Amino acid sequence: MEFTLRVWRQAGPAAAGGFVDYPAPDISPDASFLEMLDVINERLSERGDEPIAFSHDCREGICGSCAMMIDGVAHGPVSGAATCQVHMRSFRTGDTLTIEPWRSVAFPVIKDLVTDRAALDRIIQAGGFITAPTGGARDANEILVPKDAADAAMDAASCIGCGACVAACPNGSASLFTAAKLTHLGLLPQGQPERSRRTISMVAQMDREHFGHCTMFGECQEACPKQISIDVIARMNRDYVRALATARPDRTAAAAG
Amino acid sequence: MSGASPLNARVPAGPLETKWERHKFEMKLVSPANKRKYTVIVVGTGLAGASAAATLSELGYRVINITYHDSPRRAHSIAAQGGINAAKNYPNDGDSVFRLFYDTIKGGDFRAREANVHRLAEVSVNIIDQCVAQGVPFAREYGGLLANRSFGGAQVSRTFYARGQTGQQLLLGAYQALERQIGRGAVEMHPHTEMLDLLLVDGRARGVVARDLITGHVQSFIGDAVVLATGGYANVFYLSTNARNSNATAIWRAHKRGAAFANPCFTQIHPTCIPVSGDYQSKLTLMSESLRNDGRVWVPARGGDARPPNEIPDAERDYYLERKYPSFGNLAPRDIASRAAKQVCDEGRGVGATGLGVYLDFRDAIQRSGAASIADRYGNLFEMYQRITDEDPYRVPMRIYPAVHYTMGGLWVDYNLMSTIPGLHVIGEANFSDHGANRLGASALMQGLADGYFILPYTIGDYLASSRLSRVDAAGPEVRAIEAEVEQRTQRLLAIKGRRTVDSFHRQLGRVVWEKCGMARTDAGLREALAEIPEIRAEFWANVTVPGVGETLNQALEKAGRVADFLELAELMCLDALHRTESCGGHFREESQTADGEALRDDEHFAYAAAWQYAGDGVAPVLAKEPLAFETVHLSQRSYK
Ligand SMILES: Cc1cc2nc3c(=O)[nH]c(=O)nc-3n(C[C@H](O)[C@H](O)[C@H](O)COP(=O)(O)OP(=O)(O)OC[C@H]3O[C@@H](n4cnc5c(N)ncnc54)[C@H](O)[C@@H]3O)c2cc1C
Ligand code: FES
Repeated sequence: MEFTLRVWRQAGPAAAGGFVDYPAPDISPDASFLEMLDVINERLSERGDEPIAFSHDCREGICGSCAMMIDGVAHGPVSGAATCQVHMRSFRTGDTLTIEPWRSVAFPVIKDLVTDRAALDRIIQAGGFITAPTGGARDANEILVPKDAADAAMDAASCIGCGACVAACPNGSASLFTAAKLTHLGLLPQGQPERSRRTISMVAQMDREHFGHCTMFGECQEACPKQISIDVIARMNRDYVRALATARPDRTAAAAG
Repeated sequence: MSGASPLNARVPAGPLETKWERHKFEMKLVSPANKRKYTVIVVGTGLAGASAAATLSELGYRVINITYHDSPRRAHSIAAQGGINAAKNYPNDGDSVFRLFYDTIKGGDFRAREANVHRLAEVSVNIIDQCVAQGVPFAREYGGLLANRSFGGAQVSRTFYARGQTGQQLLLGAYQALERQIGRGAVEMHPHTEMLDLLLVDGRARGVVARDLITGHVQSFIGDAVVLATGGYANVFYLSTNARNSNATAIWRAHKRGAAFANPCFTQIHPTCIPVSGDYQSKLTLMSESLRNDGRVWVPARGGDARPPNEIPDAERDYYLERKYPSFGNLAPRDIASRAAKQVCDEGRGVGATGLGVYLDFRDAIQRSGAASIADRYGNLFEMYQRITDEDPYRVPMRIYPAVHYTMGGLWVDYNLMSTIPGLHVIGEANFSDHGANRLGASALMQGLADGYFILPYTIGDYLASSRLSRVDAAGPEVRAIEAEVEQRTQRLLAIKGRRTVDSFHRQLGRVVWEKCGMARTDAGLREALAEIPEIRAEFWANVTVPGVGETLNQALEKAGRVADFLELAELMCLDALHRTESCGGHFREESQTADGEALRDDEHFAYAAAWQYAGDGVAPVLAKEPLAFETVHLSQRSYK
C-alpha cells in the first residue's frame, strides 16, 4: 500500500513544531500502524535523518505508551484499539494520514509525537490507592467480593493510562481516567474506608493539573481503547457530592490546598 | 578451574521447611530510626521493582527509583496475561507449599536451588493476601470467593487471575502502593532515566550512572545499596513476546563491573505465538496455550504444498504432535511442542508466506461441540488473532509458531538475592534463581512479587546493618570517571555515522541467536555463532548510524546502546550453551537426547549453576560453578509418556 504521511515534527519542548510530509510507499497491509512508522524511520535513518519520535513498548494494547492522533482521532479509526493495534489495512491506499501528538495543556510535547503524561501519575499519587502496606494482610478469602462487583471493578481497572480520553475531550478533561480509578477502588470492600477522601483529593489534583472540566460530551468513551464507559464519571460525580457533604472541613481544606 | 567455588550461596542451615523462618530471625535488623539514614537505589518499576521500592519505603528507607519508562506503570510486567501461582489450596485439591516447591524444582529440570524455591512457595500465599488488600480485582466465584484455574499442565488449580490481564492488575497494585509513597515524598522517582553503569566504591555497589532520556544529561545516583529489577533479556533474539524496549543493559553493565552472570543459555520458547508475517515485524504476540486443549496442530505431509489448508485432505496432513507423542498429542510440553514445530518447518513443510508457521486447527472441535461452545471458550483469543492476521480462525486454521518468551538465566544471586558484588541485589526476571532450566506458567509474576514484597526488604536490611559504608563524594574523581566513560560511549555511538541502522544489526544478531542458540543447539552451530557474533559486533562499531544528537530525546541512541550490549551478551549465551553439553529444560543440545528424541540431562557433570565472571573485553570469561544439591526432591528424568 501507499500513503502520504503528514507528521508533526517538533525538536523539543520549547521548539516550534510543524507538519512535515513523508511519502510512504511499499507498506504491507498487515503491518501495524507503529510498524509502518518503523519502516519510515528505518528509511529516514538510512539517509542519516532523524527518525520520528513516538512512544511505544508492549505493542499489544496494554502498556498505554502509544499515543497519537490519526486524522484527528485519538488512536485512529479502529474502535476499542490502541494505536499499536491498528493495522494498515484499516486505511485506503493513497490516503494522506495526518499524525499528531496528544493535544492538551496538561500533556506538553517532549518531541515529535511524544508528550509528558506525568500529570496522570500525580492524580494517582493524590489518592488512587488503597493504603495497605506490605505485611499484615489477612487471608485473601476473608474478604468476600460479590462477582458482579469484582467484574465491574475489573472493567474500570482495565484503564491503560494512555490519555486518549484527555486528547479526545473538547475540554481536555481527565475525568474518565480519574473516575475509572475511583470506580475500581470504590466498588471493592477494601476501598471503602478511604473512599470519600480519595474522591476529593483526586478530583482536586485533576483540577490542579490544568485538565478541563467534564461537560459529558462522551468523546472520551469513544476514544478509550478499553471502552471504559462514561458511567464511571456519573458515579464519580455522585461520590464527590456525597464526600463534600460529609467531609470534615479540615480534610476538605487540606485536599484542596 | 579447580576445586572450591568462589560462589557462596549463603543458604541457611537447618531443615528446608524452617530455613527462611530461622534466617529471618538471625538476620540483623536496622532500627526504625536508622532506616531513614540509608538510601536504596532501585532500578526498574516492574512487579519486582515497584513492589520492592514501595515496601522499602514503607519500612522507612529512603528510596530512589529509576525507570526508562515515562511512568512506572508501563513496565513490561503489565503485559502478562495468564495468572499467578500460589499454594493457597483454596480449591481443596491437594495443593500445598511442598507441592508447589516440588513442581517448581521438577519443572525447572533440577537446575534451581532447593532452599530458594521452597521459600518462594512459602511466601506465595502472602502475595495473594497482599494483592487483595490493595484492591487487585482477581476473578471471583458467585459466592464472592477467589476463583482459581489450572495452568500450563499443573495438576492442581493454584493459579489466580484477573481476566487475561493479570500482570496489568498486579502491576497496578504495586504501582499504586509506589505512587502513594511518591506522593508522601518518601520515594524519589526518576522516570525517563536509563541506568548505563554501576558505581562501585571499595568494591561495593554504591550507585548507578544514568542518562536522562529527555535532556541527555548523565547523572549519578548514590546510595548505600543498589537493587536491579530490570527484567529479562529475551530481546537479544530481536523478535520475542517481550515489550520492545526490554533490554539487558543494566545487568550486562553490572556484569562487566564484576557481577557473575548465571546460566545465560537458559531461555524459554513459547509454542503458541502468532508467526512472523514480514520483515517489518517488530514483535511477536503470545496466544494462550489453552488453545491446544481443543486445537489440532498439523502441517502438510508434503513440502511445498501451497494449497489453502481447507483443501488439503486429512490423508495429506501430518498431525505431527499426535504422531510423535501419541499419549500427550497436542498437549505435549512447551519445549517439546516448540522443537517439533521448528523441525517440520526446517523440513520445508511450514505454512504461511514465510514458511515459518504450523496450523492450529479447530475444525474438528467445532464439528464436535459447535462454534458457539468454542467461541465461549476462546472467543477473545480468536478475536485478537483475527485483528492481527485478518483471518477468521472459525473458518481457516490459525497459524502459530514458537517465540522467545522468557529468560531463566540472569545475574547470579545468593540466598539473600545479592549478586557477587556486595551491595548489588538483583530481583525478578533479572536474576537467575528459582526457575532452573525451565519456568512453569504463572510463576514469574509470583517470583517477582515474592522478591519485591517479601524477601529483599528483609535481606537488604541484613546487608546494611552488617556493612561499614564509607561516605561517597558525588563530585569526587571516582564518580566523575565513570560518568565520563558513559558520556564517551554515547559520543562514540553518535560519531560512527555509518550506513546501517541499529535495527538492521539487531535483526541480524537475532537471526543468528535464534538459529543457533534457540530451540535446538549443536556444537557446530554454536561454534559458528561464536564466530559470527564478534563479526557483527565489529561491523556495528564501524558502520552503525545513529542520527541526531545526545542532548535530546534520541530513541535511536537508546537502542544503539542496548543493541551494543546484546551483541556482547549473545556471545556469552552461546558460550554457556556450548559448554553445557547436556540437554535440560529449555536448553536442548541435539547431541544429548534419548532414543525417542527427549532431552537427556547429565546430572553427573552438570548439576550446577554456571556463573560466568567477566574477565575483560576479548578475554574468555571465567566459569564458576555453584553445585546444586537435591536433598529433598530426588533427581529423576522428566517424562511425557
Ligand atoms: C506476553 C507475556 C505474557 C506473560 N504472562 C505471564 C503470566 O501469565 N504469568 C507469569 O507468571 N509470567 C508471565 N510472563 C512473564 C512475566 O511477565 C515477566 O517475567 C515479569 O513480569 C518480569 O517482571 P520484572 O519486574 O522482573 O521486570 P519488568 O516488568 O520487565 O520490568 C523491568 C523494569 O526495569 C526498568 N529498566 C530496565 N532496564 C533499565 C535501565 N537500564 N535503566 C532504568 N530502568 C530500567 C524498566 O523500565 C522496567 O520498569 C509473561 C511474559 C510475557 C512476555
Ligand atoms: S504500545 Fe503498549 S499500548 Fe500501544
